[in-house]
Parts: sequence; C-alpha cells; structure tokens
Amino acid sequence: MMPLLASALAVLQQPQSAPPYDPLGMFPPNASHNAGTSDWVFYFIFWTCLVVLIGVCVATLWFAFRYRRSKVGLIPQDSPHHSTTLEIVWSVVPTFFLVAMFWYGFKDYEDRREIPNDAYEIHVNAAKWSWTFTYPNGYQSQHLTVPADRNVRLRLSSPDVLHSVFIPAFRVKLDVVPGRYNWLWFRAIEPGVFPLYCTEYCGQQHSQMDARVTVMPDAEFDAWLAKESDWGALPPEVAGLKTYGANGCVACHTLDGSAATGPTFGGMFGTQKQLADGSTVTYDENYIRESILTPNVKLAAGFAPNLMPSNFAQALSDQKVDWLIALIKSKGAQ
Amino acid sequence: MIFPASNALQRTNYLNAQKGWWSWFWTIDHKRLGLMYLWGVFAMFAFGGFFAMMIRWNLATPDTNIWDPELIPAATALAKMDAYNRMFTVHGAVMIFLVIIPGIPAALGNFVLPIMLGAKDVAFPRLNRFSFHLWILGAICFILTFTVGGLDTGWTFYPTYSTGSAGKAVIFATLGTFILGFSSIFTGLNFVVTIHKLRPPGMIWFKMPLFLWAIYATAVLQILATPVIGISMLLLLVEYTMQIGIFTPELGGDPVFFQHLFWFYSHPAVYIMILPAMGVMSELIGTFSRKPIFGYKSIAMSSLAIAVISFIVWGHHMFLSGQSPLMSTIFSFLTFAVAIPSAIKVFNWVCTLYKGSISFATPMLYALSIIWLFGVGGLTGLFLSTMGVDIHLHDTYFVVAHFHFVMVGSAIFAFIGGIYYWMPKMYGRMASEKLGRITWALNFIGFNLTFLPQFVAGTKGMPRRYFDYDPEFAVYNWWSSIGAAFILVGMVLTLIAVIQAITRGRPAPANPWGGVTLEWMTESPPPEHNFEGDPPEVGDPYDVSLVEYKNELDGFVPAKPMASDPNMYDYRASLKAGVAHTNLHP
Repeated sequence: MMPLLASALAVLQQPQSAPPYDPLGMFPPNASHNAGTSDWVFYFIFWTCLVVLIGVCVATLWFAFRYRRSKVGLIPQDSPHHSTTLEIVWSVVPTFFLVAMFWYGFKDYEDRREIPNDAYEIHVNAAKWSWTFTYPNGYQSQHLTVPADRNVRLRLSSPDVLHSVFIPAFRVKLDVVPGRYNWLWFRAIEPGVFPLYCTEYCGQQHSQMDARVTVMPDAEFDAWLAKESDWGALPPEVAGLKTYGANGCVACHTLDGSAATGPTFGGMFGTQKQLADGSTVTYDENYIRESILTPNVKLAAGFAPNLMPSNFAQALSDQKVDWLIALIKSKGAQ
Repeated sequence: MIFPASNALQRTNYLNAQKGWWSWFWTIDHKRLGLMYLWGVFAMFAFGGFFAMMIRWNLATPDTNIWDPELIPAATALAKMDAYNRMFTVHGAVMIFLVIIPGIPAALGNFVLPIMLGAKDVAFPRLNRFSFHLWILGAICFILTFTVGGLDTGWTFYPTYSTGSAGKAVIFATLGTFILGFSSIFTGLNFVVTIHKLRPPGMIWFKMPLFLWAIYATAVLQILATPVIGISMLLLLVEYTMQIGIFTPELGGDPVFFQHLFWFYSHPAVYIMILPAMGVMSELIGTFSRKPIFGYKSIAMSSLAIAVISFIVWGHHMFLSGQSPLMSTIFSFLTFAVAIPSAIKVFNWVCTLYKGSISFATPMLYALSIIWLFGVGGLTGLFLSTMGVDIHLHDTYFVVAHFHFVMVGSAIFAFIGGIYYWMPKMYGRMASEKLGRITWALNFIGFNLTFLPQFVAGTKGMPRRYFDYDPEFAVYNWWSSIGAAFILVGMVLTLIAVIQAITRGRPAPANPWGGVTLEWMTESPPPEHNFEGDPPEVGDPYDVSLVEYKNELDGFVPAKPMASDPNMYDYRASLKAGVAHTNLHP
C-alpha cells in the first residue's frame, strides 16, 4: 500500500522538469528533457484509471456473486431503478479528472510544439525506405547523431509517401508529409544509442525503415561533425563508401555480389553487363555515371524501370559520383 | 424431457414457410435477411480471422515466418513483406467493413428490431433486401482485390501511398467500400423510418427497449457519416484513375485532406461499431439480472450524446499529422467529452446488478466480461486523447491493443452474446450451456492474453504494421501469439456450438430467458409475420414482473393473461416444493 500512496503523492505534484518516473518499467530509456514529463502524465492517467477500473470490476464481481440467482431466487427484492444523485455524481466527478488529463496533456504538447529559437536544425528526408539526415554544413548520413544538452530541431520532408519519425527514448514522434515541412524538437539529456522507427505505414519495407540515434557529449559533437564532413581527406573509395551510405544507395544495392532491389555493385567493374533490352555494355566509368544520373536509359536486365530515383543528377555532386565510381572499382572483378 | 407437442418448430414458421434457395435469396422477410447477414458475417469473420492468425504466427518470435522455405522456396524477404502487408490490410478492412459494422445492426438488428416493435417487417422491406445484395457485392469487390495482386495500403487507404504505388487493388477496395457504404446507409435509413413510424400504440420513446435506442443512434450515424466515406473513396478513385490532383502534392493536392475526410467518417464508424454492442449489453444485463435496468433514461440519452459528440472528435487521429496545434487542442478536449456518456452506461450497468437475480447463462457471461473489456478499451482511450501522451503512443501497439479491446473485446463479444441470447428465437433451439461457457472462457482468456501484452509492447515503443521487430519486444509478441491460439480454438468451438444448437439443440420455449421485450412474446421461431394475430400489448420493456417462470415449459410466460388462469405457475411455491428449475442457470 505504501508504494502506491507514494506514487499517488508523486503524481499530485508534477515537477517542472520531471525526473524519470516509471515505477512499472513500461517505458524505454528516459533520454530527452521531457520524456519524464510525458511518462508522468501517462502514470497520472494510469493510476486514475486503475482505481476506476478496479472499483467497477470489484463491484461487478461482488454483485454478481452476492445476488447470484441460486441464492436470491428468481424474484429479487425491491431496489431503486434510478438515482439522479448518482447520475450527477458519476458525470461530474470524472469530469474534473478528465479536465486534468486534458490540461496536463495540453501543457506537455505545447512544450513540444514551442521550438526554441536557438535550436540546431537537422533536415530529415524520409524516402521509401531509408532516412537521410542533412546537417547544417551539408554533411549527410543514414543515421542521426545529435549533441546532448543542446536543443535540436528536425525539419521533416518526404518526396514520396507519408512516413513518421519516432524516437521512443525521446518520446517524440511526428508525421513526415509529402508536400510540406513538419518540425519537431527535443533536447537529449545523456549520451547513448537509441532506435528510430518509421511509424506511418509506407509500403513494402516499412518495418525495415529504422535508423540509429547516437547522442554524444555536446563538447565532442562539433569536432565529430567536422571530421565526418571532411571526406576530401579520405581515400576516394572510403569517401565513396560514405556516399554510398549517406545517399541511400545502400538501401537497394549490395557490395558483396548478392541480389537486392537493385543490381549489386560487387564484382561488376570491367565485366560485360546484360541490359534489359537484350544488348550488353561494358561496365566502366561511363556506364556507372550514366546509370546513376539517368537510371532508365541503360536498364540492367531483370530490373523494372523507375525503381531507382532519377534525381541523383541534382542530389549528387560530380565529386560524389567520382567517389562512387572509386568504390565500385574497389569492389571490382578484375 | 418432454416438450409440448405444439412446439413452434413443428408448425409453420418463417424458416419453413417457403422452401428453396430462391426463397431465401429473394426474400423480403427481415428475419431471413438477418440470418443471411449473420452467416455472411460469419464467413467474413473466418476470412478476416484467418489473416489475424497468420499475422500472429508471423510475429510469434522475431524470426518466425509463416512462409516455410520448403513450401514456398522462392519467397524472398521482400515477397514475405509484401505478403504480410496484404494480410494485415485484408484483416483490417474485412473485419471493419464486412464484420463489425454490419455485425450487430444488420444481422441481429434486422432480425430483432421489427419484432421488438411488434411490427411485421421493417418500413421498406425491398430496400432492406437491396441493402443485403449490395453487401454481397461489396464483399465480392474485396475478394476481387486478390485477383489483381492484393491490397497493401492498410485499411485506411492513406494517400499518397494508395494513389501512387499501391496498384489496381485500390480500385476494387475503394469500390467495395463505396458499395458497402450504401448498404449501410440504406439499412440505417430503414431502421430510422421503422422506429419512427412502426412503433406500436403505447410504445412511447421512453418505453422503447434500449437496444432500439442504440440502433437508432447508430442508424443516424450511418445516414450522416457514411456518405463522407463514399465521397472520399470516389475522390481517391478520381485521383487514381484520372490523375486529378486532390491528395497528391505533385498534382496540387494535400494528403492530410484525405485524413480529415477519412476520419470524419471513420471516427463515427467506431461508434457505429460500439453503440449497437452497448444496446445488446443493456438487454443482456437487464434480462439476466431479472430487474429493471438502472437509469434507463441516462442510458438511452447517452447513446444519443455519444452519436452527436462522435462527429466532432475525428481530429484526434491526426495529432501528429501536422494539423495546427489549436485544432489538436480542440479535438483533444472534445474527445474527453465522449468519455462521460460512455462511463454513464458502464456505471448504470453495474448498478443494475445490485440486488438483482444474476444468472450466469452464456449470454450473461459475455455481458459481464464486457464490463472489464470495455473498461480497459475505453479507459486506454484516455491516454490517446491526451495530446502529450499520444505523441509517444500514436501508431504503436498501444493503439492496436486499445482498439481491439473496444472493437473485438466489446463489439464482437456483445455480438456473440447477442447470438446466444437470440438464437432460441432465430432457430427455435437452445445452445448448449456447457459448450457455451467453455468457449466463453477460451475466448475471454485468449483475448486478454493476446491484447494485454500489446499495451506494454506499445509503451515500450513497438510500431504497428511491422513485419518484424527488435528482440526487446519478443516476450510480448510471444504471449500475444499464444493468446491468439486460444481465440482460434474458442472461435472454432463457438461456431461448432452454434451449428450444434441449430441442428440438434433442445427446442426452445417462446421466452427462455425471461426477457420482457416483444420478441419474447411470440413463438420460437416466430411465424412468417412475427405474431399470430395481433401483437401483444406493450408494457414497460424492463418490468420483469410482466413475465413469470413456468416450470413445465422451462421458460417464461406473460404474467398478465395468466392472472385468471387457475394453473398459473407459482414460482415461490415451487421453490418450497423443491421443484428443479433446469433452465435457470444459477
């Protein structure tokens, strides 16, 4: 009984910036500034509902047992059929609790919607079925890395269908809607690695559309970003591997020769490539470049047209195309 | 046991008055249409249930998969995902549009409503037949989606996925939804007119059985809300086939606009599903407590209140769609308002039990368990209407568990309870109590085992509509799948119990349970036009002193006409004399 009372008391005084509150262990790690508030509101509703539910069910069971037909017979004793007092009580009393739930939920929601002006913006592009996170300096990655203790704002966009960003450890979620931007923000509170899921059904590989969220100490973040962004200092095939990951090639093309949504990059360079129209072509630098920028022109045998996005002429710089060529060469067959 | 020779089964009744399949297919008898809806809904329930079991099989462990490589060697990972996406889509669409929405109103409602009114049929019998034929056509459209690659949009048909890459199945499915919508509208229209125009003398609005109040509220929703889904489906078809920009941004449309249209219907549709179940609940709780229902007017009015409020809460499905925070706030506030009339009903049901004479017959077991199931389903709705908490829970398994508690735990359980309750009237035979109780226990345990763990999977962050999942969610999914196996056994046995009752059940008396509403004042099964001669006089639908138990019939008879009968059965005296009351289900 005491722990329950203690919980009830904790519930009654909602702290401003709530510490982790998860007595039943129902939530993922508490890793953002308002995860505690969100959980606190959850448990406020939970304890309230539990009391009501136990009350109703105990009354049901007790009445059903106490007034069972084998005991009271077919003709029950007289009892009232209506009570205006009761009707008013059980309409009005719950209303107070419902208004409290609404209010706490509203305050919490308001906090998630008021994006601080100083927030660090990362652009999130959700396309079937991978994520691209673009940092202010243009660096792109398939996974999200954010500094701890800094306000971060995600700007969401989608070129194809509805998606939804969901980071359980931060208790944040927002739909990614084609044709408009949506914003969400959070402040991570401790370093760690957490999952990010797509939670709006988006077709075939919806369940595979996840990413890693890494929270690193604020002090290390800028140095990390600078190092990751400086691909020019890397060997071209390593920069190619990063491009391959950051620009989404990885979603459809393997490097080890195995089949996937698109043709593999492994063991191909210098071979004769079979095309969909029956002809063959030499798999060289020009073929790679043409296939990236205009994928439908020389379609590989066994693959449907328009599977591959045709916007890489805009999305990839010449240098990145060169890096990709270097990568494919390094996995080549010669 | 000896049954009266005058048993209604041997006389001309609506089941044997005409013969041949054409006499069923082209019937305008509301009772026959009700039965055909019932079997149609059973078939669709089996169809949708099969996919539910496949889903649970696939999700039992993080690496189970239902596509055994030995059986389907060519099934690559991607083909498996495609198959899974089609399964949950068909499961959802069939269960909602073809099972739960027509379940209680069209099957039970059609059978019971005119008899409850003492009428010979609904107001427009031919329109009623047309509704049923439209229902069949709609069902065929859904089955046809399999011939064009299957539907994988989810039952919500959200663009731009549904207008883009989803394939031709969208055409059949939206056409099916459009046709089913009209079936639903016509049924609702029929019921509204019937209740307004065919009530017998003496049945003022506040003497109407609560089932009729619930069906009335439902019918109003069907008439007013369903046209909107029809329009949305047409717009979707127009965009899909003619590339006219309505929902797709490239063509100048807005995908969130579709969500508004869709939920403007589909949220009231949730109440189209639950209101009739609440009506069945009120009948069951009243009859099996042998006591006037507590707070009749509150229950009746709360049905109307729910119907009205349900029109202005649709935006709570869209807190995270990017709609304006002001709109979300208003919708959240209004959503909490629905909780009040829903709670009023539950409190009144519980108070009805107080000082009653509670029978534990199978229909009542379903009714009593609904107090828990609807309690959980309704209260978990509060978490989702709280904007801040919904951010985390939206589109997770918490939502899946919540709406299954409401739509299956409450609506389907009420449907089964109602079938057990009215089966003596439908087929003139009693179902086996023993089998009934066993199947209830299997269904109840299985249901809780399936869906309670999903709440925790949801709060832990497992998204819905996932083909596979991270290992941390494994334990919840495992228990959930075990529970599904219980439900499978329970539902198959329920079907067996129904078939056994129809073919070999004990002949039923006119009023086996002691109900006071008019359908219990005619024979089981009823004659072709419901009542021989004039319909009985209308009394208070919940005044249980109007009927009395008669041991030799193992059922109840009207008390009043018997008053002058020297053979009137004296229940109290029989108790003193130690007479066994076999059908009282103590």
